[in-house]
Amino acid sequence: MAEIVLDGVSKRFPDGTTAVHDVNLTIADREFVILVGPSGCGKSTTLNMIAGLEEISAGELRIDGVRVNERAPRDRDIAMVFQSYALYPHMTVRENMAFPLTLAKTPKPEIAAKVQHAAELLDLTALLDRRPANLSGGQRQRVAMGRALVRDPKAFLMDEPLSNLDAKLRVQMRTSISRLQKRLGTTTVYVTHDQTEAMTLGDRIVIMESGLVQQVGAPQDIYDHPANRFVAGFIGSPAMNFLPAEVHDDGLHTVIGTIPVRRAGLPREVVAGIRPELFQDTRIRHGASFTGTVDIIESMGAEKLAYFTFEPGTSFTQETQVVARLDAKSPISEGDPTTLWYDPAAVHLFHPETGVNLTR
Amino acid sequence: MRLRWGLIDVLVVLYALIPVLWIVSLSFKDPSTITDGALLPTKWTWSNYAGIFRNDDFTRGLVNSIGIGLIATFIAMLFGTMAAYAIARLTFPGKRALIGFSLLIAMFPQISLVTPLFQIERALGLFDTWPGLILPYVTFALPLTIYTLSAFFKEIPTELERAAKMDGATPFQAFWKVIVPLAVPGMVTTAILAFIFCWNDFLFAISLTSSSAARTAPATISFFTGGSQFEDPTGSIAAAAVVITIPIVVFVLLFQRRIVAGLTSGAVKG
Repeated sequence: MAEIVLDGVSKRFPDGTTAVHDVNLTIADREFVILVGPSGCGKSTTLNMIAGLEEISAGELRIDGVRVNERAPRDRDIAMVFQSYALYPHMTVRENMAFPLTLAKTPKPEIAAKVQHAAELLDLTALLDRRPANLSGGQRQRVAMGRALVRDPKAFLMDEPLSNLDAKLRVQMRTSISRLQKRLGTTTVYVTHDQTEAMTLGDRIVIMESGLVQQVGAPQDIYDHPANRFVAGFIGSPAMNFLPAEVHDDGLHTVIGTIPVRRAGLPREVVAGIRPELFQDTRIRHGASFTGTVDIIESMGAEKLAYFTFEPGTSFTQETQVVARLDAKSPISEGDPTTLWYDPAAVHLFHPETGVNLTR
Repeated sequence: MRLRWGLIDVLVVLYALIPVLWIVSLSFKDPSTITDGALLPTKWTWSNYAGIFRNDDFTRGLVNSIGIGLIATFIAMLFGTMAAYAIARLTFPGKRALIGFSLLIAMFPQISLVTPLFQIERALGLFDTWPGLILPYVTFALPLTIYTLSAFFKEIPTELERAAKMDGATPFQAFWKVIVPLAVPGMVTTAILAFIFCWNDFLFAISLTSSSAARTAPATISFFTGGSQFEDPTGSIAAAAVVITIPIVVFVLLFQRRIVAGLTSGAVKG
């Protein structure tokens, strides 16, 4: 069990690129923290620096209050699960799981007991004498987890552990990882590019882009109050609609009409962000509304996604698409002019250049 | 179409095998029929084989060949493995130079080294000793081992070493317990290729030895003499040639697939 502190941690590669820039983050004991962002955002590099697989260029990494920058991975007492699982092909499942204990010169009976315990926890007892080549993807993933938890480390690091699994298995494993982490109470840092995993797994999410931490917070908090346009667009599916807007006395002029908001303190131009799930169909009429022609409807079973396309007009030069997430029972159909309602107070406004959320 | 391919196959195989068959046939011929020109011996005999094994020089040559070949292979493998791993995994100053030099050595015309080596080894007292042959063999086997092994190491995913490090392994433990076991097929192949190189060598063996103290089998054969001035040692030479070919043929048949994989690995994927 451990508290992990990143104090101004940066990573510069010899070729001059900065992969991670000044990350400040305190991961509490027993906490499950997710590093999420698009590929190349520096999340894996950050994880590797915590692991000790990547040198820290600047700043300090502390585990339980002790600076560990210079320590080799094996002296940090941290276990890691890799995206490719990285199981040793020449060893059986049992040997794979026992490997960290063997290296630590744990007495043999203790190794056997610990491996047995981990195997029971992960439902691997029947597979202990197989080799990785004879396991399915999900089984390999569980062995990788087993190898990590068998020596009861201070913290788990997971680098996209589910991204090699098929969709159904991924959802299953997601819940079992969540359950396992709660049961073991081990501090966990989990890297993913999948915002659903981030939203569902973590106590807190760290959203990164171009080596910078964009926002840290609880999943719901980040969803409700995104710090900037990047975070707003990254979290939530389908992504938030962004509409360029001009600020006038009567509200914001956008392609979907005027959004009635107070203009106090706003620059002349802003970007309005409306979540697809904010829209309601005509059966609920309150707040503001817009009318458009439905382009395409994607029926998801439990819900419908309606796409509207707004042609470039006099003041807006770009074609703009708006997505609305509606109830499955909604009577709308493709090609029909439809009016949707939304709460103008729930519209996010972003600065057109800096992207900062002005409504937060 | 099929017939035509079959015919071409047979032609190629015959072209390659006739000299071998001829040698085998000669080795079984009685001295009186050795010049009869028939592919199948008319008078079969084992006396050529019995003769060479009664010859102490030849048995001594075989011992030298095996000993020198094994020691040179072992040394080349020991250093080659470490060098290949470094080349496959690390960036260090002089890496390109190392690769370049080992390629240069592999391409170097060995004949041009014979005279200087002869003088150097005589001055150092290495002439006509096992180390005198082991040294140049290691030199020329090393580039081969480095090249083949680094191709094998490159195919082993780096994440395995990272995983080993996270599991608490020192860099040496990661290499020894994770990488080497996975590279064993490649190492076996490479060792065989290196051994064959040493086993086959004639140039150094003939130039850097003067007695049966270190003379290897191929060189010993060239010193065969007939029973009298008027007798050709053709039968004995043929028998000895067959004897020194057998280990190679056995090796190659046993490890055929792996050797091919070793020679082509890194060519497509890597």
